[in-house]
Formats: sequence, structure tokens, C-alpha cells
Amino acid sequence: MPDFLEIKNLRIEATAYPPGEPPKDLVLVDDVSVSLAKGKVLGLIGESGAGKSTIGLSAMAFGRGGVRLTGGEILLNGRDIRGLAPAGLRALRGREVTYVAQSAAAAFNPAKRLMEQVIETTLSHGVMGRAEAEARAVMLFGKLGLPKPETFGTRYPHQVSGGQLQRAMTAMALCPKPDLVIFDEPTTALDVTTQIDVLAAIKEAIHDTGVAALYITHDLAVVAQVADDILVLRHGKKVEYGPVRQIITDPHEDYTRALVSVRSIDHEEKAEAPPILSVQNVTARYSGTTFDVLKNVSVDLPAGQTLAVVGESGSGKSTLARAITGLLPPSAGRITFAGRELSRDLKARSRDDLRELQMIYQMADVAMNPRQTVGTIIGRPLEFYFGMTGETKRKRVQELLDQIEMGKGYIDRYPAELSGGQKQRVCIARALAAKPKLIICDEVTSALDPLVADGILKLLLNLQAQEGVAYLFITHDLATVKAIADRIAVMYRGQVVRYGSKTDVLTPPFDDYTDLLLSSVPEMRLGWLEEVLANRRMESAGN
Amino acid sequence: MHPVLKLVVQRIALGLLLLLAVSLLIFLGTEALPGDVAQAILGQSATPEALANLRESLGLNRSPIERYFDWLGGILTGDFGTALTNGQDIGQAIGQRLGNTLFLAACAAAISVPLAILLGLVAARYNGRWPDKVISGVTLSTISLPEFVAAYFVIFLLTQVFPIFQPVAMVFPGMSFWERLNAVALPVIVLVLVVLAHMMRMTRAAILNVMQSAYIETAELKGLSPMRVIWQHAFPNAIAPIVSVVVLNLAYLVVGVVVVEVVFSYNALGQYLVDHVAKRDLPVVQAVGLIFAAVYIGLNILADVIAIVANPRLRHPK
Repeated sequence: MPDFLEIKNLRIEATAYPPGEPPKDLVLVDDVSVSLAKGKVLGLIGESGAGKSTIGLSAMAFGRGGVRLTGGEILLNGRDIRGLAPAGLRALRGREVTYVAQSAAAAFNPAKRLMEQVIETTLSHGVMGRAEAEARAVMLFGKLGLPKPETFGTRYPHQVSGGQLQRAMTAMALCPKPDLVIFDEPTTALDVTTQIDVLAAIKEAIHDTGVAALYITHDLAVVAQVADDILVLRHGKKVEYGPVRQIITDPHEDYTRALVSVRSIDHEEKAEAPPILSVQNVTARYSGTTFDVLKNVSVDLPAGQTLAVVGESGSGKSTLARAITGLLPPSAGRITFAGRELSRDLKARSRDDLRELQMIYQMADVAMNPRQTVGTIIGRPLEFYFGMTGETKRKRVQELLDQIEMGKGYIDRYPAELSGGQKQRVCIARALAAKPKLIICDEVTSALDPLVADGILKLLLNLQAQEGVAYLFITHDLATVKAIADRIAVMYRGQVVRYGSKTDVLTPPFDDYTDLLLSSVPEMRLGWLEEVLANRRMESAGN
Repeated sequence: MHPVLKLVVQRIALGLLLLLAVSLLIFLGTEALPGDVAQAILGQSATPEALANLRESLGLNRSPIERYFDWLGGILTGDFGTALTNGQDIGQAIGQRLGNTLFLAACAAAISVPLAILLGLVAARYNGRWPDKVISGVTLSTISLPEFVAAYFVIFLLTQVFPIFQPVAMVFPGMSFWERLNAVALPVIVLVLVVLAHMMRMTRAAILNVMQSAYIETAELKGLSPMRVIWQHAFPNAIAPIVSVVVLNLAYLVVGVVVVEVVFSYNALGQYLVDHVAKRDLPVVQAVGLIFAAVYIGLNILADVIAIVANPRLRHPK
């Protein structure tokens, strides 16, 4: 089949307005060419800032914010869509090309019923009449595995789950029978157990409707399951472009090889040791509610080791951290730390209790005061706990910066001048400054690109070896768990369903939930998705 | 009970409680003024005996608590008391003027609210371009004019340069609806000019705020026309802030238009209040004050209720 989408030498620019400096033009995408035949899927992969979403949206001739398409051609169905007038673009968008956003929860209008939104473009572009469009939407709901397809459309976005919204958005994109659908990280915001279902539904829908797709993601293992071709991007430039099999099994470029082999940290599990932190039968609920978010949770964390707490969103992982730090006083149970019992309420804890138990958060940028320099941020605990001032403090801050491998030249910078990975490093240094015995890491690598996250994990392991600090590592990402944990606690609906050393927890026989969780993690090989689904079907048939 | 109904009942109960508190404040406020009604009636030169006699006959010797509940009970049964200065029944005097006030406010609202929202939508659609600048500039300059200046300007323009209307907006019993409309045309124009900018700018800001949402980008990527994006996707999510500012302006149209009433000799509640403040006729001041407070609280409850009903999360719980 001939290629119906051809992007030739695409160049995309934007203008940045740095404070106090003259505006400057940035090249977001430079000299990128791809082509796509009907019914095929092209995966666009790269880290954040690689220009993958920008290229995806260019297939609708859409530039987010002040983004401009400044060079090259975008040929869709034989015409260059860069030259289209606004009316022509409106005829194209939502008809020939449709879009599935990363966060369907934010991309649906909260004030309108799902059906109205799903069939909106089908009606406004005159593809079919209302009755026909509604019938098609119901058919798509069914195909995508949504519950009660006939009545699903009468619900409002807030009445259905995130995974269901993501499927509804796929239905919305497929409803007007487009030629091309752009999937922009459609499963990134979902739990791993939900992701696999949505991924399978999307793959089947693409196959059944014969639509072509651009599939944008930062997760190579995910895109390997759905794409025919893959374009690897970095800093807006092409790194490698080829069939999925070649990219996965025989990458030519170093960068692609790094992406394929990411998270291959080997971490030897440490031997049993006496616990520094012991959580016994802790139960907790938020005030004003009648529901226990933590139910009878007991875990131990040996000194100088890492306990990974893993589970999907809403499983109570972060609440456990809040209970340990005293932000949410438990209603029952005991928490022992370094041989003494911690008082439940944060306010009743001694300064040493506070100092020896530090925390690092997922969102490094909101965990720092944007108007303080790196030196002030890291210096604050030095001043507060150790009374350091002036030159001593500055010297110690520099030592800490050296420890997090940031070196000189950063002490007087502001958070806005740092990259995502550097910000997280500064947060680590700030926690380290208090000389803690335990650091609670709450999803600290979740917002980072895989290679950057890898660097952070290695840093955390090095620091553990040097300082003997223990980590309570909260994450939903099992690859991270394998890379860093000595002990693992699997949480589900406020309870610990599986707990023990890493080897024990990750060795069969599994309980049902752990099995589901482990088998849902995408693996970097072709055909993985089909295999897992086939296994599950066999198992459920066997039951 | 449906959660929306529960919230609405809560709001109304809260409003009634608030009104009770305001009635107490009004009573205490007038109570705290130096001198009393007897003093006000008889003037500075009154003899102590005359004052004592009058206080006795007006019941001012009783304790303030007793008098407060007496006053409140009277109002609850529809008895606002009698004016001190002319012995008229206050309820009757207010009734007719309140009708005039509401008529003027309703006429002004009927024009200004739809117009302001429409202009706000258009300004948001052409954000930063010339239609936005023209709309913002014009409405801003009309709100910047003091009401009486705007009033005299309108009188000059529409009775002298283009003699279309009467400069005096006298209404009296027996006028037909059309005669009344004709009579209030000028004050309505002035009031529209005064309240338009606030509502229009708030509509524009609320819409632009919603326009930052991800679902607006979704709508744009659906190839919908800009006006459809605003009307179908932005406006339903901006109702709550728009309604709250509309209601503030409606309340102003009822309780704050005394200057316009005076300029056009329009016989309504504001003028009645100011007259009796000047004469220190406290029972009238208390009664009108309470009515104004009730209007304010009632309209704000209405805004709350609309915001609650407009919220799909409350209307359709999980």
C-alpha cells in the first residue's frame, strides 16, 4: 500500500522568553522524515523534550503554545497540510486525523456526558447521523472492553475510572473513521495492571478498524508491543528509524542500545540484619472518613538496606509513609525506629527523631522553594540540625553536591535552572544533609526519563554503600524494585499481601495479586503482550 | 436524600441564620447611635419631661432585648412598624417602592446580563486582538465614570441632542407596563453602562481560565470552530464564577442605585432610605436595611445553588 502520510525534513521551532534576556528561537525538531502506510503503526520514542509529541501533533498541523512548523513538508493523503487555511485544518482535525491524549481524565470535558463528546466530531464533520454515530460508539465501547457499552455513554467523566476514560478516548478517536490516530502516551498515566488491558484494547481496535497510528511513548517495551516501525528521537533529531524487530533485537546506535538495556542494574540482596524501622500492626484512616486506608500493616526494614513498598495507586503506599513520618497519626499499632518507639504525632517527636528520618518526593520541583538557591536549600537542614553557618555551612553544602555528582557551579543556582534529574539530586542532598538513618523515597524516579531515573537509582545505591542509610522505597514500578530492593512489601487495598526478601517475593508460587502485578510489567521483546493475554485466558479457562 | 438537595437545603438554612445575625447587627447598630428616637423627634431643645413621656409612649424604656424580639416578631408577621416622622405604616410605604426598585433592577438585568456574557465570550474568543481591546476599553471607560456623570451624559444625549426620552423617570400607580418601560429607559441605560464591565470582564477571565484546560485542546484538535469550543466546552465549566459575579451586580442593582434614583427622581427604595436616614427615622432605616440584607443574602444563595446544580460531580455522584 502507498504511504498516505509522509513527513519530509520537518523542522519545528518555538520562541523562548527567558527572564531578563532577549527572546531566542529554539529548534525543537530538526530534519525529521517518516512515512506511514495505511493500517500501520509507527512508534515515536524518546525522552521528554525529544520532540515526539511535537512531531505527533504536526500530523494535525497543530503547534502547542507558540510552536511553529517552520520547514519541511507534511503530506497527508497527497497534500501538504502545512499550507491549509484554518477552515481546511478544522476539516482535517477530528476527521482525517484524531488524537488520544496522555491524560484522558483531563482531556474529557467534565461538564458533558461521554457519549456527547465521543460522537461530537462524527456529527460536526457530517460523517454520519446521530443514531448511526451512537450505534458506532456503542460498538467501539464494546470492542474496547468497556462495561455495559449500551449505557456507558450516558455517564460523566468523573463517574468512570482512569483506564476506562483512556479507552473511551480511544473510542472517541476512532468514531469518525479517521485515517490516522495519534496516541500520545495513552497508557503512561495508568497503573501497570490497567495498562496491559488498555494496551491490548488499543492494539485490537487498531487492527480491527485498519486505521494507521502514530504511537508516542517513552517506554520502548510498550511500543514494541504495538508498533510496526519505530523512530527513536533525541533532542528533536532522529537517532534511529527502522522496523520494530531490528530496533529491539539489533539496535545500531549507542543511544538506542542504552534504551533497550535500561534498568539492568544488578543489585545483590543483602543478608538479614536487625531492623532500624519496625512497623507493627499499623492501622490508619484520614480524619472525617470511615474507611481504613492502612489495615494492620507490619513490615521491618533492616539498617542500611532498602525496603521497596510496591502497589498500584490507591493501595496505601504513600499513606504508609505519612504514618511513619507522623503526618497521619495511626489509629492503632506501633512504629519503632532505631530502638525507640516513635510517638504517633509528628508534633510530639524529638528533633533527633525528625533528623534521622528524612523524605524525598516524586515532584522535585514542587518540593523546593523556587526562590531559594541550591545552597540555601541544602544549607537549611545543616543550619537547623547542626547550627552550621557561613563558610562551614557552604563547605559542607559543596561536599554534599560532590556526593550527588553535581560538582562545582551549582551552589548559587536556582531550581528553575536545573534539569529534572538534577532537581531530584538536590532533594537527595538535602535529605542527606541531616545525616539520616532512614530516607523515605516516595516515587522519586517516577517523573523522570528512564536513563535519568537509572542514574538516580545508581546514586542512591552508592550513597547507601557510603553512608549506610536505609531506604523505604515507595514505587509502582517493578523494574525499579528489582534494581534496588533488599526486601519487598506488596500492598493492595491498604494491606500487605506479600512481604519478604526480594528473592522470596519474586519467586513463585505467587498469590493472585502479585502474579497479576508481575506479569503486567511490559517486557522488552516482541509478542510479549499476546503471550501474557493468552496465558491469562488459559488460566481463566482452567478455572 | 440526593446530595444536591442536601447541599441546597444546607445553603438556605445557612442563609436564614445569616439573615438573623444581620438583623441583630442592624438593631445593635442603630441602638449604638448617640441619642435615641425620642431625642430625634423632639430635637435638642426638648424638656426632660417631654422626652421621658415620649420614651414611655414609644416603649423605649424597655430592655433592648425585649425591643429586639418585639421588632423581629413584628417583621416575621409582616408588621414593619410605623415611621416616626409621618406616622405612616412602613410596610405599606416600602411595598410600593420595592416594586419600583425591582422593576428597574429587572429591566437593567434583562439587558446587561446577556449582553455582558455575550461580550465576555466574544472578548475571550478574540483574546488580545482588536475586538477584545475595543470591548474591554469601552466597558472599562463606562465603569470608570461616576454614575451621576454617566447619568447626566445620557440625559444630555438622549433628551437634548436626540430628544427621544423624558429626563425624569417618574412612575406612579395606574401607568401601563409600556409607559413604565418608557419612563425607566434612561436609568436602565445608565445602570447597564455601570454594571456591564464588571460582569463582562469576569466572564472573559473565567472563560480564559478554563481555556487553559486540557479538554479545550482536545476540542481544538477535534476541529471545532473557536466559538463552538468556547460555547460548548468552556462556558459550561465557567458557570460558577460567572454566576457569582452576575449575582453581585444584581444585588447592586437592587440595593446600590440610590444616586441614579435621585438623578432621575425615580421613586424607589434607595431614595426612601436616604430620606429617612437624613431625618433619623430609625424604624424605617432598620426595615429597609433588613430588606436590602435579605436581597443580598437571597441572591448569593441563588448563586451558590446554581453553582452546585451546574457541577456535574454533585449532580451525578459516582
